[in-house]
Amino acid sequence: MPQSADNIKDHISLFSEPEYTKLLAEKKAQFECRPTDDAVAAQLEYSKSWEYREKNFAREHAVINPHKACQPLGAVFAAAGFEETLPYVHGSQGCAAYFRSHLARHFKESSACVSDSMTEDAAVFGGLNNIVEGLQNALKLYKPKMIAVSTTCMAEVIGDDLSAFIGTAKEKESVPADFPVPFAHTPSFVGSHVVGYDNMIKGILNYFWDRAQGEIVRGESNGKINIIPGFDGYATANNRELKRYLDTMGVDYTLISDVSDVFDTPTDGTYRMYDGGTKLDDVRDAINAKATIALQEYCSPKTVEYIESKGQPTTSFNYPLGISATDALLMKISELSGKPIPESIEKERGRLVDAIADSQAWLHGKKVALFGDPDFVYAMAVFLMELGCEPTHCLCTNAGKEWEAKMKALLASNPFGADAKVWVGKDLWHLRSLLFTEPTDLIIGSSYGKYLEKDTGIPLVRLTFPIFDRHHHHRFPLFGYQGALRVLVEILDRIFEVTDASSDISYDLTR
Amino acid sequence: MSLDNINDTAANEALIKEVLDQYPEKAAKKRARHLGTVKSDAEGNPTCGVKSNIKSVPGVMTVRGCAYAGAKGVVWGPVKDMVHISHGPIGCGQYSWSQRRNYFTGTVGIDSFVTMQVTSDFQERDIVFGGDKNLDKMIDELEVLFPLNNGISILSECPIGLIGDDIEAVSKKKGKELGKKVIPVRCEGFRGVSQSLGHHIANDAIRDWVFDKGIPEWEGTPYDVNLIADYNIGGDAWPSRKLLEEIGLRVIGSWSGDATLAEIERAPRAKLNLIHCYRSMNYICRHMEEKYEIPWVEYNFFGPTQIAASLRKIAAQFDETIQANAEKVIAKYQPLVDGVLARFKPRLEGKTVMLYVGGLRPRHTATAYDDLGMVIVGTGYEFAHNDDYQRTGHYLKEGTLVYDDVSEFELEKFIEKLRPDLVGSGIKEKYSTQKMGVPFRQMHSWDYSGPYHGYDGFAIFARDMDMAVNAPIWSKLKAPWKAA
Repeated sequence: MPQSADNIKDHISLFSEPEYTKLLAEKKAQFECRPTDDAVAAQLEYSKSWEYREKNFAREHAVINPHKACQPLGAVFAAAGFEETLPYVHGSQGCAAYFRSHLARHFKESSACVSDSMTEDAAVFGGLNNIVEGLQNALKLYKPKMIAVSTTCMAEVIGDDLSAFIGTAKEKESVPADFPVPFAHTPSFVGSHVVGYDNMIKGILNYFWDRAQGEIVRGESNGKINIIPGFDGYATANNRELKRYLDTMGVDYTLISDVSDVFDTPTDGTYRMYDGGTKLDDVRDAINAKATIALQEYCSPKTVEYIESKGQPTTSFNYPLGISATDALLMKISELSGKPIPESIEKERGRLVDAIADSQAWLHGKKVALFGDPDFVYAMAVFLMELGCEPTHCLCTNAGKEWEAKMKALLASNPFGADAKVWVGKDLWHLRSLLFTEPTDLIIGSSYGKYLEKDTGIPLVRLTFPIFDRHHHHRFPLFGYQGALRVLVEILDRIFEVTDASSDISYDLTR
Repeated sequence: MSLDNINDTAANEALIKEVLDQYPEKAAKKRARHLGTVKSDAEGNPTCGVKSNIKSVPGVMTVRGCAYAGAKGVVWGPVKDMVHISHGPIGCGQYSWSQRRNYFTGTVGIDSFVTMQVTSDFQERDIVFGGDKNLDKMIDELEVLFPLNNGISILSECPIGLIGDDIEAVSKKKGKELGKKVIPVRCEGFRGVSQSLGHHIANDAIRDWVFDKGIPEWEGTPYDVNLIADYNIGGDAWPSRKLLEEIGLRVIGSWSGDATLAEIERAPRAKLNLIHCYRSMNYICRHMEEKYEIPWVEYNFFGPTQIAASLRKIAAQFDETIQANAEKVIAKYQPLVDGVLARFKPRLEGKTVMLYVGGLRPRHTATAYDDLGMVIVGTGYEFAHNDDYQRTGHYLKEGTLVYDDVSEFELEKFIEKLRPDLVGSGIKEKYSTQKMGVPFRQMHSWDYSGPYHGYDGFAIFARDMDMAVNAPIWSKLKAPWKAA
């Protein structure tokens, strides 16, 4: 008998016990009607070939293991970053359940979000009744200061008009007329979660700047800098790291959507459905900031355009990870605020450079396959080249031609990018073919990369959203010099693990 | 909580009232029907007395999912040798990708496809012009890349039904062309009130698109059974199969965890259907009973009391040899049960538990907790129907709090007030509960543990509950300078 009370075996080892291996083998042989083992082995080998790769890249319709989510996920994430704000999804309830689970699995935190549970009758008559009732219930039960409404594809396909519906709900006194209910149409058949993020941030700014009390005109500068972090699974730690820099420099700032508290609440006996977030008064006043910095260009194009239309200058970055990206951000903040970059931060930079210098021999020429959201991939490619690595495959499911051109220009400008290829709109099944035909030393991406690691044997470094199968990575930053140091250590650890496992002879104590 | 006042009807009724008072009037009226306590009916049988399978109230944060989740996530997704297309926009397939732990054996991407996310990734043009043509071409592409697949299912997401696509026509055409089963499943997320309708739709697809359309070569025996609606979470179906084989039965089909399409095609040849999750697959069992005269039996393989009772109940459908085998198997595992109880019962006895889960677990796991000496103080279902609640009363003690389609607001208040020693629910409830200082186990995914079925699984179940309830961290909630 495989199981005993003293030595309890669970799924990790139980099924390797003879009773179970026999059971599974017999099930397969007698009942499953599977292809022969030879046929499976032959197809497996074939799937690693150049010929298979060509067939794989010839597909135009099937999408297999993509690395993107849909717009409302980004909208829910963006909304969660405001003071006592309840994200509200107008449409099918299953979507809200999925967003909440998805975020909870990554952050290991509850994610509050209501839906108005539209069903068949709403598909026929529209979801007006749902929103009228839904807003009233949500306000009464969860007592938010703001309800931020996004849409599922169901509501988009039937053409529900959020502006009119929310207006009607207010007329029917479902929520008070002056209660903030910003909204964003977030069809999941357009763009991805990064577009949903953009739409929701813009929707919230638009509510306070144009809708709440009519159009506000930009007044005298309040001396602050607005910063829009973008969709980021590491936002909890990254935003804190960013704020540490800003506080150290003495810069006055407003983070537009800050989820660092709500997705990282303490366990002390009280569940906080809301915690931290951008104060609504600060959002109102953000129109008067000196300037806005978007930390992720591809998470905020429409928002940035909107802010500029109000006469406020903006600058966009591509995820401040690595030496030059952090340098550029700090210099921009310094330029805008007039505050110098203090020596303490310069020392942090020096320590990072020191660490890279110590380790560069282990990094030089290492080939890396890279996937994730557009800004992350761009930033990581830059940093890898600073380390002397070669970002051989740079893959982004949810980017467009503009990003592709920018990536190509970046790689062409650097000898470490000479052999690099950019794969836009491709998925992780494409990447599987790339890794078999043109292998790399490492994969950098999210937990979804674990299937690639298993198939190809190439080690995976988990550095971007979503990370489901490792705990607490998002509690430590990637941003800034400290973040880069941490990324460096994670990459080095994998390289050393592989080195140690590769040869008994070269099993050095000191590396 | 003190054991003196647990399952106190008056206190629980007052708690329900307190919670309902927080709602706007209309919503309170709707929700009142879903909250109650276990009472005795005229014949003295315990009843739950709550309404169920009704639309969720907008804006209250229901825990429920949708029909797609029920059809793709639960019923079809685990069928391992088929490619399952999430047909529509990107999200649904992405969020459900590899999230139910339907264990299986096979080579992913070659002869097994369970942990893959295959989608038509609808764009605006598909909404405008329809997705049928591209679906047709997509299936050809999948045939090229995955030639060893045994069939394809098409799981509709919300837009499909709204834009008038005819996936049935595409399925028929491609099925003929390929000589394989191509199965349309109309599980648009807006249909019905929860996952439950998705189960039903998925069952109907088995009836309409799989049965009587060719059965693999087969020689039957009088002991052929199907193990129905075990999704093999963390490998659950395997200890269950082991027990059934040990009593002398032959499991010719195991649905749908670790299933191949052949196991579904062959099902009408069985002598008996054994159904684990009644809610999600009773439909197809009833159909098989009507059409093929296959009787069905419900069973419960959580915890030694119900395992033994179920083995006897199943054996009673067969001859004396099987019945004698069942007794032998029960006796064989008794030392393991005794060992597990000796180790864990003293650590868990009297601890209180609140459950809020799906299909069958709010009742079926209750007796496994009983076996450990733990006391259920509240339970409820996300997507049950009346017949589930009818099957629940006798598992519970009078006065137990019952909540159907609970909102996060209600659940949080109930936990706060009852302060159970353990809550068993889902990922969305896990972290908020733990923040309150209440130990928690995910009872959908087994919190990445399992299996929990059968005797082998009970040992793991007991260990896991002990780990949660008696974790040292729960004593560290308050900073010492605040504790005084």
